Amino acid sequence: MTEVLERKMQTMPVPVKVVPAEQIDPKRIRTEEMVLNIGPQHPSTHGVLRLEAVLDGELVIDVVPFLGYLHRCFEKHSEAMTYPQVIPYVDRMDYLAPMQGEHGYALAVERMMGIEVPEKVEFIRVLFGELQRIASHLVAVGTFGLDTGAFTPFLYCFRDREDILEMFEKTCGARLLYNYIWVGGLSHDLHPDVISMCRTFVKKSRATHKEINELLTFNKIFVERTANIGILKPDVAINGGASGPMLRGSGVKWDLRRDDPYSIYDRFEFDIPVGTGMLGTVGDCFDRHWVRMCEWEQSLNIIEQILEKYPQSDKTDVQKAVPKRIKPGAGEIYSRVETARGELGYYLVSKDGINPWRCKVRSPAFVNLSLLPIISRGYLMADLIIILGSVDIVLGEVDR
Amino acid sequence: MFQDLNDLIISLMGKGDIADILSVVVYAALPLVVILGYALVAILGEMKISAWLQDRLGPMRTGPYGILQPIADMLKLIQKEDTTPNLADKKLYNAAPFIVFIGSYLAFAALPFASIYAGARINTGIFYIVAVSGIVVVGILMAGWGSNNKYALLGSIRSVAQIISYEIPAGLAILSVVMIAGTMDMQTICKLQQGGLQNWFIFGGPKSLAGFGGNYAWLLTPVMLVSFIIYIVASLAETNRVPFDIPEAESELVAGYHTEYSAMKFALFFLAEYANMFAVSAIASVLFLGGWNSPFAGFLDAPWMGAIWFVGKAFTFVMIQIWIRWTLPRLRVDQLMYICWKVMIPFGMATVLIVGTIVTFLAH
Repeated sequence: MTEVLERKMQTMPVPVKVVPAEQIDPKRIRTEEMVLNIGPQHPSTHGVLRLEAVLDGELVIDVVPFLGYLHRCFEKHSEAMTYPQVIPYVDRMDYLAPMQGEHGYALAVERMMGIEVPEKVEFIRVLFGELQRIASHLVAVGTFGLDTGAFTPFLYCFRDREDILEMFEKTCGARLLYNYIWVGGLSHDLHPDVISMCRTFVKKSRATHKEINELLTFNKIFVERTANIGILKPDVAINGGASGPMLRGSGVKWDLRRDDPYSIYDRFEFDIPVGTGMLGTVGDCFDRHWVRMCEWEQSLNIIEQILEKYPQSDKTDVQKAVPKRIKPGAGEIYSRVETARGELGYYLVSKDGINPWRCKVRSPAFVNLSLLPIISRGYLMADLIIILGSVDIVLGEVDR
Repeated sequence: MFQDLNDLIISLMGKGDIADILSVVVYAALPLVVILGYALVAILGEMKISAWLQDRLGPMRTGPYGILQPIADMLKLIQKEDTTPNLADKKLYNAAPFIVFIGSYLAFAALPFASIYAGARINTGIFYIVAVSGIVVVGILMAGWGSNNKYALLGSIRSVAQIISYEIPAGLAILSVVMIAGTMDMQTICKLQQGGLQNWFIFGGPKSLAGFGGNYAWLLTPVMLVSFIIYIVASLAETNRVPFDIPEAESELVAGYHTEYSAMKFALFFLAEYANMFAVSAIASVLFLGGWNSPFAGFLDAPWMGAIWFVGKAFTFVMIQIWIRWTLPRLRVDQLMYICWKVMIPFGMATVLIVGTIVTFLAH
């Protein structure tokens, strides 16, 4: 309380006494830091985040993220819902990658109940998961470009994302919040057009990938702005619990798709791109951006493999394994998946009821954001925005 | 041309002081008409060019192909509430947009639109323009300080540092032209470049200048090309355009020094920015690209055609500025200063030295 009062006192207007210049003692002139509130209404906080930055001139002395503007009580809500009813709320957490969030939740409940889903369903889940990863990285890359001042690549990214959303729309009718992946199955079968749409998309997306690289990634100004900025050392990243492109950008080869394989990821071949300090230091903003660009390409590789192996003649009902009554026995589980932002974990406790007794989410964006103060001290105010952009947060997931 | 205008007005209203005053006002307001007309076209150009670059259509609803959109935007801005923050320094806050606009409009007084029209024939024209564009800095600082907003303050501090720094390389580039021409009068500089594009200062200037003997002028061509590039880059920075739009970097400072402004005061800042863009482009076309001269001797070079060549050349540069804006990311403050002080000023100094040596020792 006193801290708040003191701060208020500082901002109140003080009566000015004019002192003749020769009477001013240079030793008594003191400069002080300025507290700058960035957000919640600010174009580059990527949602309703407030950063309280302490600035010395333009130099960032400290920065504290203030959360909770988008807190919607997900965890408490889900205690009152039955297991399948939670899924629409899961969509609203990471609204840029809801397919992967749903996949994680469905996996957790399926593991609790010991459900085996048909192979076809697994294929569709992985296909949509990877498409979703591309869609999410497109937004991340685009808005990161926006943070550096490049407007046009942002719209190119959204143009490509549109194709992905169209595929989702054809299949399940929704463009943003799908409620598509159910416990034990899917809400709809894959739309017959999607496979051919996917083929053209892969070709088109590779062209866009090249274009974005030329226009943004290897642009001299962009490299100057992002290389050697916001360096996250590998040990700090591991200790801080970072995951996803944030961790891989620091050179740590850790991807749950490879290290803790779920679904049918072990059947596909793909690389885990890591930051190498290609144009700066390992773990700088450029590395995080570059990892996202590479993952985009890797996801396209996975999609191509799925298109080859997808059992098109398989007419299995996608809801074959959906249980009539979802009621796992007493017990608990921690299940995790690799979303576009990192390790998304669900800790579910069941007391033999139809709704989860406790549903705790370990959200990657929240943990990654907690490292922001560590990596942004000592840089300029303009760099702070870049660093925040490179973390790629989704406030829906941070606040839940 | 003033005489013609005066005669026209006298024939309409009869002789008298009022007719004289009126003709002076009309003569002086002509560039304002040009600015307003140009601003509407340039704003539409910005919307449409950005849209086409980004795979969009841009405004399509207001008028055919959305060509009336700038007028709709202007009407909207007139209707908007004119707000002043509670704790703002009212005098500074309210005066700032006018000072910024006046600063950019003053430059138009000395621009030679055609061989028969220049608002004021000042024999130190280019010097005058460089001087008055410094007034813009004062207005920006007033806006930033008066708004009582931290973003605005940071933006105005950045802007002042940037504009003042970049006036030096721009000035050096201008200086090399002035040294060859031997005059600061914009009309004379244009006249010197008559007779086709080989006489433009970007290609080393007129080959018939006294004492040049036609041979040494070509030596200047590479140097003047460098000078031209320096001027173009510096002018981008002076108008706060991408990649030097640091003062109003939207991703960091929301809108920089004009964050708190609304309605017509915001419109004035906007207009001043576009006027500034035109002014620097016009200066580039006068100093390096022959001003109102046609690129080929005897090709469409009637006196009134001069205005079309002049506006056309300036407008091309404005379009290039827009093109650059929607392509490049933005630099950081220290990188901006680095480019200015450690790259452009040494190069500018070198060009001035080389041009000076050639003009002094070889030209006679």
